[in-house]
Amino acid sequence: MRKVAVVGAGMTLFRRRLQETGKELSFEATRMALDQAKMEIGDVDAVVHGTAPDAFDGVHMKGEYLLDGSGGTRKPYMRVFTGGGTGVFSAIAGYWHVASGLADVALVVNEEKMSSCQPHPQSVFAHIWDPILDRPLKPNLVWIFAMEMNRYMTVHNIPYEDIARVAVKNKRNAVGHPCAQLADPKITLEDVMNSEIMAWPVRRLDISPPSDGAAAVVLASEEVVKKRKLRDQAAWIKGVGWCIDSTMWTDRDLYFPEYVARAAKMAYRQAKIDRPKQQIDFAEPYDPFDYKELHHLEGLGLADRGKAGLMTREGVTERDGKLPVCPSGGLLGVGNPIAATLGIKIGELYWQLTGQAGKRQIPNEVHTGVCQAWGDLMQYGSVVVMGA
Amino acid sequence: MTANIARWPGAELGSKDLENGKVTTQRYRPDAKFAWSAGEAMSRFLAELQQGRLIARECKNCGRILFPPRMFCEECFRPTDEWVYVKDTGTIETYSISYLDTDARRITEPILVGVVSVDGASPKMGIMHYFGEMATGEIRIGMKVQAKWRPAESRVGSVLDIEYFRPLHGVDR
Amino acid sequence: MRVGIVGVGVTPFRPTTPEFSWKELMYDGAQRSYADAGIDPRSDVGSFITCAEDYYEGFGIFDEFTPDQLGAVLRPMHTVGGDGIQGLANAVMQIRSGLADVVVVESHSKASDILTFTGIVAHGLDPIWNKPLGGHPNYVAGLEMDAFLRGSGNRSEDCAAVVAANRQTALLNPIAAYGARVTKEQAAKSPALWAPLRQLDASTLADGCVVLVVAGEAAARKMRSEPVWIEGIGWASDSPSLETRDWVAPAYATLAAEMAYRLAKVRDPARSFDLAEVDDKFSYKELQHLEALRLARKGHAGKMARSGDLAAGGKLPTNVSGGSLGCGNVLEASGLHRVAEAALQLRGEAGRLQLDGVRRAVVQSWRGLPSASGGVAVLGVGR
Ligand SMILES: [Zn+2]
Repeated sequence: MRKVAVVGAGMTLFRRRLQETGKELSFEATRMALDQAKMEIGDVDAVVHGTAPDAFDGVHMKGEYLLDGSGGTRKPYMRVFTGGGTGVFSAIAGYWHVASGLADVALVVNEEKMSSCQPHPQSVFAHIWDPILDRPLKPNLVWIFAMEMNRYMTVHNIPYEDIARVAVKNKRNAVGHPCAQLADPKITLEDVMNSEIMAWPVRRLDISPPSDGAAAVVLASEEVVKKRKLRDQAAWIKGVGWCIDSTMWTDRDLYFPEYVARAAKMAYRQAKIDRPKQQIDFAEPYDPFDYKELHHLEGLGLADRGKAGLMTREGVTERDGKLPVCPSGGLLGVGNPIAATLGIKIGELYWQLTGQAGKRQIPNEVHTGVCQAWGDLMQYGSVVVMGA
Repeated sequence: MTANIARWPGAELGSKDLENGKVTTQRYRPDAKFAWSAGEAMSRFLAELQQGRLIARECKNCGRILFPPRMFCEECFRPTDEWVYVKDTGTIETYSISYLDTDARRITEPILVGVVSVDGASPKMGIMHYFGEMATGEIRIGMKVQAKWRPAESRVGSVLDIEYFRPLHGVDR
Repeated sequence: MRVGIVGVGVTPFRPTTPEFSWKELMYDGAQRSYADAGIDPRSDVGSFITCAEDYYEGFGIFDEFTPDQLGAVLRPMHTVGGDGIQGLANAVMQIRSGLADVVVVESHSKASDILTFTGIVAHGLDPIWNKPLGGHPNYVAGLEMDAFLRGSGNRSEDCAAVVAANRQTALLNPIAAYGARVTKEQAAKSPALWAPLRQLDASTLADGCVVLVVAGEAAARKMRSEPVWIEGIGWASDSPSLETRDWVAPAYATLAAEMAYRLAKVRDPARSFDLAEVDDKFSYKELQHLEALRLARKGHAGKMARSGDLAAGGKLPTNVSGGSLGCGNVLEASGLHRVAEAALQLRGEAGRLQLDGVRRAVVQSWRGLPSASGGVAVLGVGR
């Protein structure tokens, strides 16, 4: 198997509503990634695109629509889609483009323009449900996450404040991020705990905001890294894993994300990691809700079941803690343009591992990081381990 | 990366910019309509709902009673074997007290909604539904509940033939 | 590393399948393929791939609804927003990367669940430049057909010959939904709804599911004495903008073929294949694609159609399965369907459609209106 490195990354501003079209956002992110990789579009052999429901952009086959902005014209161009899992999954697909030898340089571009959907992107989520079992009940997306959070809290007897602390940490971490939508240096635990109840136990500040944005990374084979002298700015993909659980979400116990655990196991095996708690220096788990960061840390084997909240309380997951978690600011702080969170998962691992994270740089030296995304009906996990 | 973003700073818009017509927009409402074939399992499931009953399928290989029913067992990957009625009582596995309606609008009277695992099916197998006849302070995980059916003449073969699940008193665990 | 096809499952294509939900249809296709490969999906498969588009399914995130019916619960699985050959390419890459030994690729059409197919195709047009123009989106195919015929020198009668050939040969294919004794004259006289494109030049939607099992060389040899090898695979896209893409010689097909030929070491395509299955969602597309794949010289594909070169027993039997015109347009499953048809020919299991001495075949797909994307696969046995 060929070694594959990330050699450049780019991401646009994340905002509730951006003037740029989806094509333009894709272009900006792509251009930034290429600039960092010191490449032109002609150097790219294949393009992988990640973007979530077509209804956001308001175009059927929106992978096709976005392809010119993503540098895909007259190239092998592939759209992969695993719901929210796409944020990390598209990079996994990019990885096998290069590892297989079919491409030497692959560009991965993820885009989401949620604000095109009027009056509210939430209306798109009306179409993600089973048409017979769920849709007649007219569910709201927040409902099912509230149900998952409740199950998780109740089974482990986790106090809400341990969960709310994640939102505080991530919104503070995002202060150093130039793209961040909801960075807040002054936010307190009380702010989160007293914010408006949306669907108990979920409060307003437990949720990441809908957002427009795009992100891109450039993947290259070892030969390309050598030939183009990119070793100093390369972070290597050490392991990839992905897994889907059953559609029948009302038949599963939601307290533990087994799909994340399986995806992590797959990635760790490839990365030769058998003691993740000791061998992983920092993590970027998917955090569209604060409880999800904890849930996912447990799925990733970085916390014992039910104990991730305690780690947060003890400061272990702070940027200067023993296991920094979401040093980017995560989705809670930077924003949640579904697939474009590539930039705060794979992108952040890349910038941290190559010492390019600026104000967000983890003070301790880091050699190995893991990132993860989550999607579909609380059923999808995608995991990537990267090393310096 | 900080230097890069300076080249492409992005232009943020407010909702007022849209409302006041400061931004050029193109409106389009897609003509996208669907009518899904319910298939064998769901057709029977819906027909039974109309009769005021819940039905499942049994897989004789793993011994599970699968609810909602399906014609294949996803664990064994083989056809399921038999129709089995399950009870209209069950346990609240999880729930939410929602102050958001289905369109994400704020409401003052909350909606109680959650997952009920039904008695007679394999553990944890259930459906999402509403809860009623209980106060927000009363609802809890593990509570025993029973379906409140709509009157027979107004049932149409839908999960809404059950109005909601209500407390099943006396057998609470 | 070589990758071989070891399992083929195709459900009969039908105009409508009210007896099945989309899940049950997929389960039917999967069962057939797993039986053919002799595998248990719960223990023998490393990864699952489905090829689907949200708006064809009527869902916001169709990926949610895929694993159970394929045996993929708690397994690596993902959706490709693309055609079946693009899905197959992912399987090849996963196997070559060492991420999986055995991969399942699924694609299906439950087009009968769509009440407003025309509206959905129109929803794929550029929201600023094209959507406001309105009209039936097949006008795009009409414009392209006109540009192609003028630019290449082929004639509209040649397109009628394609329609007649594919509809008639489909009568021999038990899975085909639209086999019929349609004649050239009939095709040429059908209403010119999007002139020069006529009603019978357009394929008709069908429901159906196609599932393939593919495996790396060592695993494939254990599973089957003679796997069908995927010698080359390629995929590409031209510009999404109608205004700037090439209307005469479709770049997506040319580039995808170049990639697949390079991997398969095909130097002279016109003389390299015993069978071609190329996309014919519209009749002119068959001719256009034959030329883009260098299977016909520019302007000569029509002559080949007219003279019987493309028929069974001809110089290059093409779409002897009946193609999309004869079997039905199964949306993203179209490419995978044709790979399945070619694989059966290469195995000598094509029934009444079986040709003599098929050792190497080329298959090409197009994602349909309004895309300019598609794939090419080179398949072979023995070597
Ligand atoms: Zn079973």
